[in-house]
Amino acid sequence: MTLLSPLGALGGAVLAALGAVGRATLFALDALGHILRPPFYGREFALALLQIGWLSLPVVGLTAVFTGGALALQIYAGGARFNAEAVVPQIVAIGMVRELGPVLVGLMIAARVTSSIAAEIATMKVTEQIDALVTLSTHPMKYLVAPRVLAALLVVPGLVAVGDVIGIAGGYAVATLSLGFTPAVYLRNTVDFLEMWDVLSSLIKGCAFGGIAALMGCYFGMMSGRGAQGVGRATKGSVEAAAVLILAANFLLTGVFFSL
Amino acid sequence: MIGLDGVAKAFGPNRVLQGVDLDIDSGTSMVIIGGSGTGKSVLLKCILGLVTPDAGRIMLDGQDVSRADRDAFLARFGMLFQGAALFDSLPVWQNVAFRLLQGRNRLSKSDARDRAIAKLRRVGLTPDVADRFPAELSGGMQKRVGLARAIAAEPEIIFFDEPTTGLDPIMAGVINDLIREIVTEMGATAMTITHDMSSVRAIADRVAMLHNGRIQWTGPVGAMDDSGDPYLTQFIHGRADGPIEAVR
Ligand SMILES: Nc1ncnc2c1ncn2[C@@H]1O[C@H](COP(=O)(O)OP(=O)(O)OP(=O)(O)O)[C@@H](O)[C@H]1O
Ligand SMILES: [Mg+2]
Repeated sequence: MTLLSPLGALGGAVLAALGAVGRATLFALDALGHILRPPFYGREFALALLQIGWLSLPVVGLTAVFTGGALALQIYAGGARFNAEAVVPQIVAIGMVRELGPVLVGLMIAARVTSSIAAEIATMKVTEQIDALVTLSTHPMKYLVAPRVLAALLVVPGLVAVGDVIGIAGGYAVATLSLGFTPAVYLRNTVDFLEMWDVLSSLIKGCAFGGIAALMGCYFGMMSGRGAQGVGRATKGSVEAAAVLILAANFLLTGVFFSL
Repeated sequence: MIGLDGVAKAFGPNRVLQGVDLDIDSGTSMVIIGGSGTGKSVLLKCILGLVTPDAGRIMLDGQDVSRADRDAFLARFGMLFQGAALFDSLPVWQNVAFRLLQGRNRLSKSDARDRAIAKLRRVGLTPDVADRFPAELSGGMQKRVGLARAIAAEPEIIFFDEPTTGLDPIMAGVINDLIREIVTEMGATAMTITHDMSSVRAIADRVAMLHNGRIQWTGPVGAMDDSGDPYLTQFIHGRADGPIEAVR
């Protein structure tokens, strides 16, 4: 009995985790269904676009520019060990576009957007605003969840594109200002090297990560427990889940893209 | 019109409702009284389908509500929540006009706003609160905005969860009169939860007392004083000694 109890606890935890995955998956399917069927709430959608897209630009830009700059320094130093300093533009480009751009933007969206969606919806749940919506013949999945998820699916790829460009610009600035690269050569190397598919895979990742971030915020918010503590737990849980899922999805998608 | 038959609901080990039977006739005002935490709010939420009962049946016009078309069902109801439950992302007038701005027969913005301001007047609020946000209002003002929202679309059936708590005596009188008017003039059916015995007498046609998860007593408001029911008598006189234990 005592010997088996750790196993029992482990089994319980695994079952609980599987249950949560199942519920989150059903939630995601439900949300997608509501995106496709009317009524549509244009005002909510526009506000979500503004919140998730436009207002995230500063943090995305700052993250990308510093990362691009640091990447250029690292690649230059690493490349110098086997006389390959010249590859800086190419590796910065591919590293930003295929990997760091989408992942960093995804994580920033998880920090900024997932947390705020979860806290907002959880507060609405705790203060009975979700119940009030229902009594006013408005479906919370349609009014609260669908606009946010749709906005994230559409706008996060755009943010990723911006992040890619600014990241490359950060690398360009460091390389031309302090590593002695010629601006024109750096740009030509970047543009010639990148393929259409690199950019496309970046945007696909952005779409997936945006969807994950918004869905986790909505899911944890809607499932929130009671009271201020419930809101706190929902917010924390949503950011953890979104960050881990984004990194896991990144790994999976990268694997899939290479096997194509 | 509304019929409850053996409605039960437990939250974990906490058996809140243990078989509630109650009938509310169309066009009448039913007031639910009972101690704090006896499940009055839960009862209203069960009828609206916000909380799913564990057992029992809830009928509306002879039809089981769990099988009814949700949209058509909810369109007949208005509800004032105990905590007002205003949408804090929307200004007051959009809260009040929320339902009028949705759906197929939605009003234009300016018409909806006019209707909202008219309803705000009826609950004793001046038009200048219309553009404020709920967080900028006092508790009693929020409650009245919630009341205006509940009656804005002129529903057939209205639930009021403690409409006068947090209001001064004069305002409470205004709200009591308003609820009475809605029933007598508009022919609505009202179900009101209140702890205020003067409200009970002002609003009710019939009274039901919830105790221990069941309806302890129900009858016309006039029969309340000589009901002979020790629980009800203790409750309406607010005595500490009697069959209802007051924990100290
Ligand atoms: N969602 C919920 N989860 C768990 N317990 C709940 C929930 N909602 C209500 N309860 C419990 O049900 C009981 C009845 O709650 P309810 O809000 O209906 O009381 P009430 O009669 O309206 O009291 P009051 O007059 O103070 O408003 C309480 O013990 C409360 O803790
Ligand atoms: Mg209550």
